[in-house]
Amino acid sequence: MTKQGLNKVDLIFEQVDAREVLKKANEMTSEEIIRQILESGLKGRGGAGFPTGLKWKYTAAEKDPEKYIVCNADEGEPGTFKDREILDRVSYKVYAGMTIAGMAIGARQGIVYLRGEYKFLLPKLLKELDVFHKLLKELGLDFNISYRLGSGAYICGEESALFESIQGERGEPRNKPPYPTSSGVFFKPTSINNVETLVTAVMIIHHGAEVYNQLGTKDSRGSKVFSVSGDTPTPGIFELELGMTVQQFVNEFGDGDTKAVQVGGASGFCVPRKKFTETIIGFEGVPTGGSMKLFNSSRSMYNVLHNYLDFFTEESCGQCTPCRVGCQQLLKGIEKVKKGEVKSTYLNELVKLADTMKMASKCGLGQSVGNAFRSIVENFREEIIY
Amino acid sequence: MINLTINGQKVSVEPGTTVLEAAKKLNVNIPTLCNHPDLCVAGNCRVCVVEQEGARTLIASCATPASEGMKIQTNSLKVRNARKHIVELLLSEHRSDCTKCYKNQKCELQALANEFAFGDTIFLDLVEDHPYTIDRSSPSFIKDDSKCIRCQRCVRTCSELQFISAIAVANKGAHQKISSFHDRPMSHVVCTNCGQCVNRCPTGALVEKTYIDYVWDAIYDPDKHVVVQTAPAVRVALGEDLGYDPGERVTGKLVTALRQLGFDSVLDTDFTADLTIMEEGTELLTRLKKILVDGDKKTALPMFTSCSPGWIKFIEHKYPELLPNLSTCKSPQQMFGALAKTFYAQKRKLDPAKIVSVSIMPCTAKKYEADRPEMRASGFKDVDYVLTTRELAVMIKQAGIDFRALEPSHYDSVMGESTGAAVIFGATGGVMEAALRTAYEIVTGREVPFNNLNITPVRGLEGVKEATLKIEGCTADWKFLEGAELKVAVAHGLSNANKLMSLIRKGKASYHFVEIMACPGGCIGGGGQPIPTSQEIRKKRVKAIYSEDEQMLLRKSHENPEVIGVYKEFLGKPNSHKAHELLHTHYTERESY
Repeated sequence: MTKQGLNKVDLIFEQVDAREVLKKANEMTSEEIIRQILESGLKGRGGAGFPTGLKWKYTAAEKDPEKYIVCNADEGEPGTFKDREILDRVSYKVYAGMTIAGMAIGARQGIVYLRGEYKFLLPKLLKELDVFHKLLKELGLDFNISYRLGSGAYICGEESALFESIQGERGEPRNKPPYPTSSGVFFKPTSINNVETLVTAVMIIHHGAEVYNQLGTKDSRGSKVFSVSGDTPTPGIFELELGMTVQQFVNEFGDGDTKAVQVGGASGFCVPRKKFTETIIGFEGVPTGGSMKLFNSSRSMYNVLHNYLDFFTEESCGQCTPCRVGCQQLLKGIEKVKKGEVKSTYLNELVKLADTMKMASKCGLGQSVGNAFRSIVENFREEIIY
Repeated sequence: MINLTINGQKVSVEPGTTVLEAAKKLNVNIPTLCNHPDLCVAGNCRVCVVEQEGARTLIASCATPASEGMKIQTNSLKVRNARKHIVELLLSEHRSDCTKCYKNQKCELQALANEFAFGDTIFLDLVEDHPYTIDRSSPSFIKDDSKCIRCQRCVRTCSELQFISAIAVANKGAHQKISSFHDRPMSHVVCTNCGQCVNRCPTGALVEKTYIDYVWDAIYDPDKHVVVQTAPAVRVALGEDLGYDPGERVTGKLVTALRQLGFDSVLDTDFTADLTIMEEGTELLTRLKKILVDGDKKTALPMFTSCSPGWIKFIEHKYPELLPNLSTCKSPQQMFGALAKTFYAQKRKLDPAKIVSVSIMPCTAKKYEADRPEMRASGFKDVDYVLTTRELAVMIKQAGIDFRALEPSHYDSVMGESTGAAVIFGATGGVMEAALRTAYEIVTGREVPFNNLNITPVRGLEGVKEATLKIEGCTADWKFLEGAELKVAVAHGLSNANKLMSLIRKGKASYHFVEIMACPGGCIGGGGQPIPTSQEIRKKRVKAIYSEDEQMLLRKSHENPEVIGVYKEFLGKPNSHKAHELLHTHYTERESY
């Protein structure tokens, strides 16, 4: 427990004997592994929150003998830095998670797609991978992991853009369906999972689903690693049980003057002070891939929004109209409102545009630009105008 | 079968059918923009979004396969709002100088704006926020980025249909654009000027470079004698730009229209198409003789046709080691140009310096070809101006000619006579068929053994076609070919050409003669032809080409009396020294990017 009563958990960084966990998993059938993960209620830790067990189940059901596990380590969401820490400290658990996922879906190949900016970690990660490969050999397990590096594009964290990037193509999201479980990297059935998800899966196999199940709430089982930043006296990485409200979180991490928390990074939601107590951090409230940014009263929410929109205007892949042009319109629009060059009611048009982007964009990037836009404009309208 | 409901109407479709196609089956029209029948699905413009019951977001109907029990609304409030927004967004990044635009009233974005975005503009203008380029470096087309809406039809055309990728998507987000290798000008990249991208661009971002005003100036210059030649494929497509259905032949009216426009002499590229057969057929037989009789190891086989300037540039860039295989014959356009300022000038007692030679082509690459430094055999620029079929339609409209009311008339002479063999140059396989009709007869003294001269194995729109022709009963001069099997192949569209070339380079194909046309369907699907294009439209044009052939009195190039005449009076024999000077050329190895 923290001093404010939040339940600190130590699952992700807990040292385990990889050999034992792998042996245990190897003694289970594919169905048993998937059942454990399904029963644990684990949802993807990258932010989108797709049930991990289902993803494995769908991929396992595919007939193609060539399947892949891809570890999404393209941690690019502004304010998220937990995957870096996980890879740095317990990479063997990531590799073990990929191996177990491979057992579950029937894949013998895993690819880690590492964020370009994390290249400095690579020599160490590869050394640790060598050790892990030796362990697999000793255990007689047929699984191989390799690395691919990104080059700094945020969009390559989107799963299908990530596949395109691995394949040497321009990192642009694909049309869906087909989904990765039937046509992923190299157009083969693929389970793509976040770094933290894979490590969590290892711990679920290690401790059992029923133990993991006791943590969290009905919609948000277990614990989560949070990347805490912004106006806080204690920035850093914290693993906490899910189910707390933003108020509880602010009590722990705030500086006493918190006016808003951006939950889930640039593509997430801005929660204003008046909604702290009613908002749960999790899939029943505001979900997050880990990014928690606190803003105190010295911050201009116009600047915060401007920063996010600038980011999306740069980081949209540019292929689909709502996202490519919509981002530019939102950015230019708030600039003009601020300068008084258009009427403040133009913000209403922009909110409608953000809705169109949510409804009509091709991928999650364009669909989520409206989250931050809407929640900031609706809660801090006067800061945008004046 | 898959059952779904669209706007309350039930429909059953084959698995794999998209929602867009299913709607079409019910005659429900869903607007599209990035979608094109010749290209893979992109799903990036989002104009075609529809509402699916139970789905979190709208779905792109062009990219979503129909699934069992799906309930679709194509015109719900959500759909209408999103669609209007999307069209408005596209307009905000598009320089809308519509009244001055070459594509005015032919622009797909304009048509959508007319339906969904009339009235007050919602969004801010973004055009001037980014620097943009208007690239006029190619003699064939203009690439105006300020009008580009990033639908990527051009990119898909260039990579899928043509296997060139001279243009590709560069940068991301707001800076995303369609660009070339290192942003070089289009004249300095692997671009073949085929114009297939121009043919598929929905806006005015890619248009042919027009020479209409230069041609008018020449026509109105009393000192100039303006001759015009028309390519075979123009006569079966021009009508489409003048209110006719695809596949209607307008040859006679075309000639009358050109005369009314004020050209001094209306002549036919078909004449030099026949001449090409004489030159190219002789070249092929000479190559075979060199190899089989003289044992010459340097002579290259298979021999490739050289009529298509897009193809020429492709092989120069991509397979320069195969350039010796390329026939040295100029294309019919350039043979015509060389003769217009020599033979024709002599015959008509004209000063070649005062002749302006214009050609009407289904092609944008022909503009580039005419500009090649090699194409000045007459001592002048052999072909001064090349107009596309589309540009001719514009001129006819400018002149106020009521095309439908025109009386058909015949081409002038000399250089206006042609055969059916020349007409079929316009379709893929046509040059091959024409060459075989003549070569077989030269070697055996008999007609090709096909019903009514129709060599059907080389016809049709299959990507790569192959045929074998056994040569029997040779005349004394050609005994060395007795019993030989002549193996030929035909490809159209450069991505098919590439398949064939890679086999030939690896030594995995043993053809003697190969016909390549850069454009899908051959010249009838050329980059300068009326827009839109689709396989269905191309089929109709091909059909028209073959019916034009059928109704010709003469159907073999060597029987063209004017061709016989030009050899007798001017050139001597096929492949003579003079013929080589005027009608043959050489090629240049080029960079592959």
